[in-house]
Amino acid sequence: MNIKISALQFTREVKSGNISVEDFIAKTMEQIHNVDDKLHAFLSLNEKAVDQAREIDKKIKSGGKIGQCFGMPISIKDNICIKDTKTTCASKMLENFIAPYDATVITKLKQQDAIFVGKVNLDEFAMGLSTEFSAYGPSKNPWNTDYVPGGSSGGSAVSVSAFECVASLGSDTGGSVRNPASFCSTVGYKPTYGLISRYGLISYANSIEQIGPLTRTVEDAAFMLNLITGVDPNDNTTVDNNNEDYLKDINSGIQGKKIGIIKEMIGEGIDPSVLSATKDAISKLEGLGAICEEISLDMVKYSVAAYYAITATEAGSNLARYDNLRYGYDFPVEGYEFNSYIEKARKKLGPEVTRRMILGGFVPSSGHAGKYFLKALKVKSKLTRQINDAFKKFDLLISPTVPILPFKIGEKINDPAALFLIDINTVTANLTGKPAISIPYAISNGLPIGIQLIANSMDDKLLLQAAYALEKTVKLPEVPI
Amino acid sequence: MTKIGLEIHSQLTKLESKLFCSCKANYREFEPNTNICPICMGLPGSLPRLNQKAVEKATMIAMALNCSTPEKIAFFRKNYFYPDLPKNFQITQLNIYGDTSVGGTGVILVGEKKIHITRIQLEEDPGRLIYEGSSEKNQITLVDYNRAGTPLVEIVTEPDFENPKEVREFLNILSDLLENLGVSDPSLEGAMRADANVSIEGGNKVEIKNIGSFHDLEKAVHFEITRQQSLHSRDIPIIQETRHWDDKRKITISSRSKEEDLDYRYFLEGDIPWVRIGNEVKEKLKSEMPESISSKKQRYVSKYNIPTQVADVLSSDKFYSDLFEDAHTKENAKEVANIITTDLMGLVDTREKRESSKLKPIHLKEIANLIQSGKIARTSAKNALYEIVKTGKELSNVISELDLGNVSDESELLQIIESVISEEPQAVEQAKSNPQTINYLVGKVMQKTKGKADPNVTLNLLKKKIQ
Repeated sequence: MNIKISALQFTREVKSGNISVEDFIAKTMEQIHNVDDKLHAFLSLNEKAVDQAREIDKKIKSGGKIGQCFGMPISIKDNICIKDTKTTCASKMLENFIAPYDATVITKLKQQDAIFVGKVNLDEFAMGLSTEFSAYGPSKNPWNTDYVPGGSSGGSAVSVSAFECVASLGSDTGGSVRNPASFCSTVGYKPTYGLISRYGLISYANSIEQIGPLTRTVEDAAFMLNLITGVDPNDNTTVDNNNEDYLKDINSGIQGKKIGIIKEMIGEGIDPSVLSATKDAISKLEGLGAICEEISLDMVKYSVAAYYAITATEAGSNLARYDNLRYGYDFPVEGYEFNSYIEKARKKLGPEVTRRMILGGFVPSSGHAGKYFLKALKVKSKLTRQINDAFKKFDLLISPTVPILPFKIGEKINDPAALFLIDINTVTANLTGKPAISIPYAISNGLPIGIQLIANSMDDKLLLQAAYALEKTVKLPEVPI
Repeated sequence: MTKIGLEIHSQLTKLESKLFCSCKANYREFEPNTNICPICMGLPGSLPRLNQKAVEKATMIAMALNCSTPEKIAFFRKNYFYPDLPKNFQITQLNIYGDTSVGGTGVILVGEKKIHITRIQLEEDPGRLIYEGSSEKNQITLVDYNRAGTPLVEIVTEPDFENPKEVREFLNILSDLLENLGVSDPSLEGAMRADANVSIEGGNKVEIKNIGSFHDLEKAVHFEITRQQSLHSRDIPIIQETRHWDDKRKITISSRSKEEDLDYRYFLEGDIPWVRIGNEVKEKLKSEMPESISSKKQRYVSKYNIPTQVADVLSSDKFYSDLFEDAHTKENAKEVANIITTDLMGLVDTREKRESSKLKPIHLKEIANLIQSGKIARTSAKNALYEIVKTGKELSNVISELDLGNVSDESELLQIIESVISEEPQAVEQAKSNPQTINYLVGKVMQKTKGKADPNVTLNLLKKKIQ
């Protein structure tokens, strides 16, 4: 049996009776057992996955009502809560946290008969872009295991890329879905802010992050969006998309669409192979009838600085609850004054989280807020104004997802500032709430390159149509695992 | 000049659910840590879900206190570590980046004096800490999160008060107002709490925290003024500090924690979008607001000719005014008001008594009618009321069971009068020259009839007999 098929192919195969869900899930679990020692995408596995598949087969045979996933194997980033399942955020602090409830996206996927094969790796609390900051060890890039898979949703990208599932849910705070998608040659989608409920996603920087799917194809991403978007009473920031069908008319093409090439995202420091892939993609789009033109968004220069000031502030607050009184408890409180207890307790957090927590204590503090946090908010609103102006002229914006190729594990971990700059092309979509997608576009020296398209808020459908058109121009080799 | 400012915390006890989840706002009936859910426990991944009703009630309070109300409100995070705070931040409101809390500046009259409101904000109450243990050394702290997330309105005043008496008058007006609005029950334990800041001429401002009731607030302010004056008279400087109210010893003590040094790192709560409170919403809320106390009072005086003092008592207490509204007619209004403010008051003077009272408005209506038609004496009415509050029985049953009906048969009454005349020859003699003495004889008749004789009829009959 071939498990190297897309999500939509999977549903068609099951529907037509060509494959049984049990066989497919068993084969997928076998694949995980075969490759995951090497790749380390998974933090925990669903031991009941095959049983659940059998149940769905039974339901299909008896003619029962089946959800749109038909038992599709999906992996879930380990910062999204599944009831009665460990949700660790790849942190020692939540090593034993068993979520007592389902995230809204999980509830929705369960209703559609998805099977969650396991929880996948990330940088601790989603802070990082290589999964090297996971407290349980890094994931490896299936294209070359000496290299990072990107992050923070590295486990999601690896599991999709290495056929350990057909689709995955990650979260994207500053590129955490798109970056690993680019590094592992999968599709990664960051929706308009508010399109997908965050209820059950463990917050890192709540005002800009979104859950997003990582898939093999653009169509699969649209399929996933159809299942998990919409207003959720449990998340006051969700927006009404009128039950949009993102798959419908996905092949509309991009004839006559105006695409802006963001100048600041193809400038200094860009890898030549990434630049040439981007130029190639632009000419392909032009070949499909799009009109491409360069545009300058000068606030992009400050976007990474603003991004880190804002995310550190929110992280400092969102993670404050992990004080070891309620989580990660492993030593008695006796003999400690409250503050000294917390100080000791929080040693459980890893280096990157600690760095951002300290930053988060400083950046918005009185006396410094004006210089850092409030200034960052100004950059955010100015950037938003600039991009809104750009969308008056353009339908879409384009850039490489990441300005560089995947790097080696350990290569940059001791240079946080260099790591920060890799986010330059992805954080804009988060700071401005716009939808963005990374599409696998090229392989250079055996390492993947992704192209990013950005659309205006609530133009997710248009974005998927354009991504679909671009995807159709690409033929990539299979991942060498 | 002494200056006192207040920060009053009032829970919106009349709401069904907490500020950000569907747990009960009334946490008092629960076993510790059973009125909780992932949201109010701040579990990883949970998000606040704003209770729109709480926003509406808080806006009503702002309007009732004549505060400005902005078009859009926002919530902020106040970051600090404390065991009673599940998320280690509190979701509250803030006005430093523009007026975004439910209420802006306002003013309320206390007698002739204007007390200015600085702002009104809506926020979540933390959990409750319970200290146990025999000494400081082996003290343990228990945390009960049932209260965590309860909707709380903070009302901040300018330092406009000059003495504890003004503070008390303001608190009385405020708690009557909140009760009348139907947003809060001030008599519930912990429903009303306050901080105060106090300074005297030439001294620094001292903040007093942890005052658990309005009653203690007045005491705390009084204590603090005396303490500061005594320091001042001995030329000891009054330092700017935070002091805690010790409600066992009834004194303020210097707080060891450096609360004034805390940096709360306020920033916008992104999980709750701005809430628009447009004019149409405000108009709707205005139309839903119950009649104000002052308007009620005015109506009672002008429409029913009820004496000002009685109207005052009646209108400012929601329990009484609700009873009055349901029991009165144009004809019996004065009598009903009278029964409530003289006879009923002593029977339902505590929260517990009010809750267990079986009295219904119909009872009051019937009693008033019987008094007016002379079928029952005032003293009997009082006895009947006592029984009804206890049992809730129908008035007619109570009257026959306790034999409270007036002696309406004139011949029966005449017999009693004659026996009194024969027993009190001296008084009868005096009464002939001194009309005051006749009241003594009326009293004797009342005694014999256990108060069931109509005093006017008795007086007339007595007068006839004696002359």
